[in-house]
Amino acid sequence: MEIKTENYNVKYDETSHNIIFDGSLRLNGSTEYASISELLENIAQQEPEKIILDLKALSFLNSSGISILSKFVINVRNRKNIQMVVIGAKKNPWQSKSLKNLQRLMPSLKLELE
Amino acid sequence: MNTSNITVPQILGDFIQNLPSSQEYLILSFSPSCIPLRQRWRNNCLSADFLADYLSTFFLGNNDRQPDSDKQAEVKSAVSYIANELLENGMKYSTQMSPFPISIQIHLNPDLIVFQLTNSIPANRTQQFKSYIQTLLNADPNELYITQLEKNEESGLGLLTMLNDYGVKLGWKFESLSQSTEMAVTTMVQLGI
Repeated sequence: MEIKTENYNVKYDETSHNIIFDGSLRLNGSTEYASISELLENIAQQEPEKIILDLKALSFLNSSGISILSKFVINVRNRKNIQMVVIGAKKNPWQSKSLKNLQRLMPSLKLELE
Repeated sequence: MNTSNITVPQILGDFIQNLPSSQEYLILSFSPSCIPLRQRWRNNCLSADFLADYLSTFFLGNNDRQPDSDKQAEVKSAVSYIANELLENGMKYSTQMSPFPISIQIHLNPDLIVFQLTNSIPANRTQQFKSYIQTLLNADPNELYITQLEKNEESGLGLLTMLNDYGVKLGWKFESLSQSTEMAVTTMVQLGI
């Protein structure tokens, strides 16, 4: 499963259960984020043992995007049987500031900032 | 209703009324009536990145200390995030086809960056907005952020992330616009650097 655009890409590897985001995501509210929400919902529904959300190459995310990721984390948490790892990069300063909130939503979530 | 609210500007939160004059500042101004929101959206990112890029030359630009590139990247990213969220809010909440412009100003001071977004909103929506501001000012922003997300409530997340993740101070000024059913709202964000 993959979403490719001029400004960002979202790719799901079904064998490794890695979801890789790259580029810059600043869409207008939940309507424009619908295709990404749908992709994330599909992945959660499959209930893989472990999901790795790889955001290392996501240089920018607006608050609507943060909200979409947060809802995904709540969805995964509520299913109770999925391990969640989020990988960010210190070179994207927003990730050091904002990704810790995902852990507050799901305390068992593992956050790695490379 | 207290009529003094209509004639005298009303201040909420942390708002500096007479900004000290800073040497470095930028103002961008847009007309809400010229092109549809959908087309303008892309300009938010461009404007935010431009403001951050342009001003980054001056961050920590004092002669007595070497610019620290990590710090510079951090401030640049914060300016881009905050400017983009303010512009998104301005585009989303201002009166459609309003004759009044949406403007964003950024003032650089040695330890403080001050953002001001001004837009107009329909006068009958000001009470709703003011009561949201009161909720924001009286709550623990960390708790409110989590509560909003758990309730699947998206609005106001931009302001909450600024408070929680960037440690900003927020303030608002409401002013009536003569011979208009719109109010001018200025949102001020103070980011310590």
